[in-house]
Amino acid sequence: MAAAAAVGPGLGSGPGDSPEGPEADAPERRRKAHGMLKLYYGLSEGEVAGHPAGPDPLDPTDLNGAHFDPEVYLDKLRRECPLAQLMDSETDMVRQIRALDSDMQTLVYENYNKFISATDTIRKMKNDFRKMEDEMDRLATNMAVITNFSARISATLQDRHERITKLAGVHALLRKLQFLFELPSRLTKCVELGAYGQAVRYQGRARAVLQQYQHLPSFRAIQDDCQVITARLAQQLRQRFREGCSGAPEQAECVELLLALGEPAEELCEEFLAHARGRLEEELSSLEAELGPSPPAPDVLEFTDRGGNGFVGGLCQVAAAYQELFAAQGPAGAEKLAAFAQELGGRYFALVERRLAQEQGGSDNSLLVRALDRFHRRLRAPGALLAAAGLSESATEIVERVARERLSHHLQGLKAAFLSSLTDVRQALAAPRLAGKEGPSLAELLANVASSILSHIKASLASVHLFTAKEVSFSNKPYFRGEFCSQGVREGLIVGFIRSMCQTAQSFCDSPGEKGGATPPALLLLLSRLCLDYETATISYILTLTDEQFLVQDQSPVTPVSTLCAEARETARRLLTHYVKVQGLVISQMLRKSVETRDWLSTLEPRNVRAVMKRVVEDTTAIDVQVGLLYEEGVRKAQSSDSSKRTFSVYSSSRQQGRYAPSYTPSAPMDTNLLSNIQKLFSERIDVFSPVEFNKVSVLTGIIKISLKTLLECVRLRTFGRFGLQQVQVDCHFLQLYLWRFVADEELVHLLLDEVVASAALRCPDPVPMEPSVVEVICERG
Amino acid sequence: MEDDAPVIYGLEFQARALTPQTAETDAIRFLVGTQSLKYDNQIHIIDFDDENNIINKNVLLHQAGEIWHISASPADKGVLATCYNKTTDSRVQACAAVWRMPKELESGSHESPDDPASTAQTLELLCHLDNSAQGNVACVVWEPMGDGKKVISLADSHILLWDLQPSSSQAVLASSAALEGRGQLKFTAGRWSPHHNCTQVATASDTTLRGWDTRSMSQIYCIENAHGQLVRDLDFNPNKQYYLASCGDDCKVKFWDTRNVTEPVKTLEEHSHWVWSVRYNHSHDQLVLTGSSDSRVILSNMVSISSEPFGHLVDDDDVSDPEEHHAEKSKEPLQDNVIATYEEHEDSVYAVDWASADPWLFASLSYDGRLVINRVPRALKYHILL
Repeated sequence: MAAAAAVGPGLGSGPGDSPEGPEADAPERRRKAHGMLKLYYGLSEGEVAGHPAGPDPLDPTDLNGAHFDPEVYLDKLRRECPLAQLMDSETDMVRQIRALDSDMQTLVYENYNKFISATDTIRKMKNDFRKMEDEMDRLATNMAVITNFSARISATLQDRHERITKLAGVHALLRKLQFLFELPSRLTKCVELGAYGQAVRYQGRARAVLQQYQHLPSFRAIQDDCQVITARLAQQLRQRFREGCSGAPEQAECVELLLALGEPAEELCEEFLAHARGRLEEELSSLEAELGPSPPAPDVLEFTDRGGNGFVGGLCQVAAAYQELFAAQGPAGAEKLAAFAQELGGRYFALVERRLAQEQGGSDNSLLVRALDRFHRRLRAPGALLAAAGLSESATEIVERVARERLSHHLQGLKAAFLSSLTDVRQALAAPRLAGKEGPSLAELLANVASSILSHIKASLASVHLFTAKEVSFSNKPYFRGEFCSQGVREGLIVGFIRSMCQTAQSFCDSPGEKGGATPPALLLLLSRLCLDYETATISYILTLTDEQFLVQDQSPVTPVSTLCAEARETARRLLTHYVKVQGLVISQMLRKSVETRDWLSTLEPRNVRAVMKRVVEDTTAIDVQVGLLYEEGVRKAQSSDSSKRTFSVYSSSRQQGRYAPSYTPSAPMDTNLLSNIQKLFSERIDVFSPVEFNKVSVLTGIIKISLKTLLECVRLRTFGRFGLQQVQVDCHFLQLYLWRFVADEELVHLLLDEVVASAALRCPDPVPMEPSVVEVICERG
Repeated sequence: MEDDAPVIYGLEFQARALTPQTAETDAIRFLVGTQSLKYDNQIHIIDFDDENNIINKNVLLHQAGEIWHISASPADKGVLATCYNKTTDSRVQACAAVWRMPKELESGSHESPDDPASTAQTLELLCHLDNSAQGNVACVVWEPMGDGKKVISLADSHILLWDLQPSSSQAVLASSAALEGRGQLKFTAGRWSPHHNCTQVATASDTTLRGWDTRSMSQIYCIENAHGQLVRDLDFNPNKQYYLASCGDDCKVKFWDTRNVTEPVKTLEEHSHWVWSVRYNHSHDQLVLTGSSDSRVILSNMVSISSEPFGHLVDDDDVSDPEEHHAEKSKEPLQDNVIATYEEHEDSVYAVDWASADPWLFASLSYDGRLVINRVPRALKYHILL
């Protein structure tokens, strides 16, 4: 638009433009008219539009400008334009003038039509107004009449209205007064009827008024009456309150009423609590009576139920009522309540603990857990109500303590079960000897012991598991989720038991019966196998079972399976070693006695193997059988089954010649030492009481080693005659014949027996060995 | 610091008896008695030259019989007692006698003769401890602090106290006592306590240890079942009057406080066969030596029950404040441990003993006649001394 405005005025500069005709010129014209208006008001068109002014409005050559000067314009045209352009200007000018004329005509015509229609309208309006004027006049007259009437009515009613208002006031006052005057009697009646609530309400309503008007004698009298009655009322309420036969809700009502009567809250709440205490103490003492000095007490579930319903329920009611009634008391009141609850709760807990302690010896875990559950659940409500009293925490503590005690009880139970199963084994081991017939074999006994222990462990786990059951209210406490599972059950119960089992077993090794009497060797063997089984399988099985049942969330460190296994293995090893020692000692003693008690110098020429050697072989065989029942064969150095004969012949002939011959010839005393030393150089040192491996051969090797070493040492302490030496020869050959099969390396038996014979030869002033063939014959015969 | 290698000496015969020459305080000298049924037995006097690590030996003939036990007089270097077996046709009799060695051998350092047979000298018999009535003599012990005039011999179940005449030419039985009990009880070993004015002797018989008062020849204490099996040897702590060590066939070494006979103070279980001999070091009683028929000799450091439980106290003057002193003491609690296991023997070791002249040196004797002289490891020695 601004551009159009800028172009528009330049008619003279651009002749021949805007060929669109009048329609297109219409806005132009309007603009022109606007422009003039603006000019009139002293606003430049450009300024209004906010644009810089176009051509100078004061330009006298501007056809549309306000300062248009025809002379100057013409002059300018004539001076500046050539003829042709002048001509064009002229025609253009003429055409514009004409257009303007016709526009003017059209406008005039249109406006005229409008003017005529407006005149018509005005005329019609003039008629209408005249009618309206008449009606308005009538209205005014009517209004005047109405006003008149109204004024008259008001005047008439004025007087009566005032009187009615006054009367209504008096009436209300009278009713109030009546209420006041009737108050004493009403109160009395209410008190008589026992409608204390009503009475207190009346009293409350009247109190303020009476207070205000007490300077008037009549009111004073009423007030006095009321006070007397109120006092009586309060008296009665207190009486009722104290009588206490009524339940807590009624009491609460009493207290409420008393409070409304303006009794001192402090005192009331003391009294309320004292009263509640009385009642709760009754509950407690009835519970205590149930505990009794001696059972038959009701079972623990019933006990906790009764406690829960009676005491805890009562405490809840008291607490709820108290909080409702004495809410205004603020923190001091709450503290009082907390102290109250704490004290009584403490006594209750003491009772419960006493009862639970009676239950400790019992075996029914499920009942106990249920009872604890009730107990704990019951206490959660007052716990919420009385957070400050910490009853819930104490209850949880009690439950935890009971759980701990339960665990230790189970541990004790397991230990006892283990010991009793050991006693059974001892009896079973002792029995067959008495009865003379075959009792259960060692393997069976082992299986019995193992299974009975395992079943006890499982039973304990199952019953302890009840503590963590989902439906039990305390199972989600952190203790039961973490510590109970990991430290309590896994470490305390299972690991503790396995450890104590190992310790018990080990204690058999250190038992004072070092002479071999106290513990039957078979028991040692059985325990050793048991521990070994535990090491290989059972421990990891039990721990896996435990970990599965008690999903351990606790991060605290637990004993790894490997440690336990190592302990069990160590125990098994010690037991087996001890078994070897004990059995070796038995045989050693036999051999020792046989060597020490005999007079070797004056013995006769050997005809038989001595009975003690046969006994040794028998015993060794028995031990072999016994160990074979529980332990695997084990590895022995590969040797053919009939090697005994062959090695024997080597032993008795060639070796004997090689080794003993020099010592029999009195010419070379050095050779004995030399030869035996050389021989020792090539044989390994024999560790007599060396640790054994878990197999039969190793066990028997150990036993035989101990026995033969004893024989050697004993032989060295004696002096032998010729026949004494020969007897030793026979005995050793006999042992050689039968013992080789038990040991891992028969070379060992040879070596030791060789040494025995060699030592005997050294201890003989007159060493004449027996012919090997004779030795063989004697041995085969006997 | 490297320890010196052990010095090994071999005898031709089996041997069980070993003793240091107790009266000798300058030279390191051991006496070894041999056991042979076929040849003349010998007593080897073995001198050890510590500086040159050389052994000098002298041989004395002991023709009376094979020697089971030997003990040297604490007062006279030349006098010693042996227990020996006299074998007649069908009888073995264990006797005991006191001998004197030739004068020139008394103080050793005699040139080792090249041919032992030619120079073998004979012991001079001083007296027999005549005991034909009481049975076989197991051992003879001298009164440790005395003038070498009192001797105790253990014969079967009798304990006999002898007074030697001034020239030792005759032994007079001063008093005796006998074991009473079921069965045939035999003494196996005995030691004379250096404490209590030398009035106590301890003996071992079967599994029992007994203490005797030499004045009244009555039993003063008795440790029943001291070991699970036979007790082989015992020794008194030289510095703590109530302490004694014992060893036996249960492979254990036990330490006892004779005031409490129910429980050993400490038990060592390092050997794998019977322990035949146990000896306290004469001056540093934490050092305990044991020999066993597993052919091993073990040197143990029993600091906790020794007279120096907190190590050698450097200098009491250094520490003025008694509390500080105490704190210093307790801050180094020393552990009992095995110092070393010596495996030079290949046969059962029946005797071990410390040298009387050098507290850091000891000898052990195995049945095959091998005598091994060892030293306490230097590091430990300096630890104890400094």
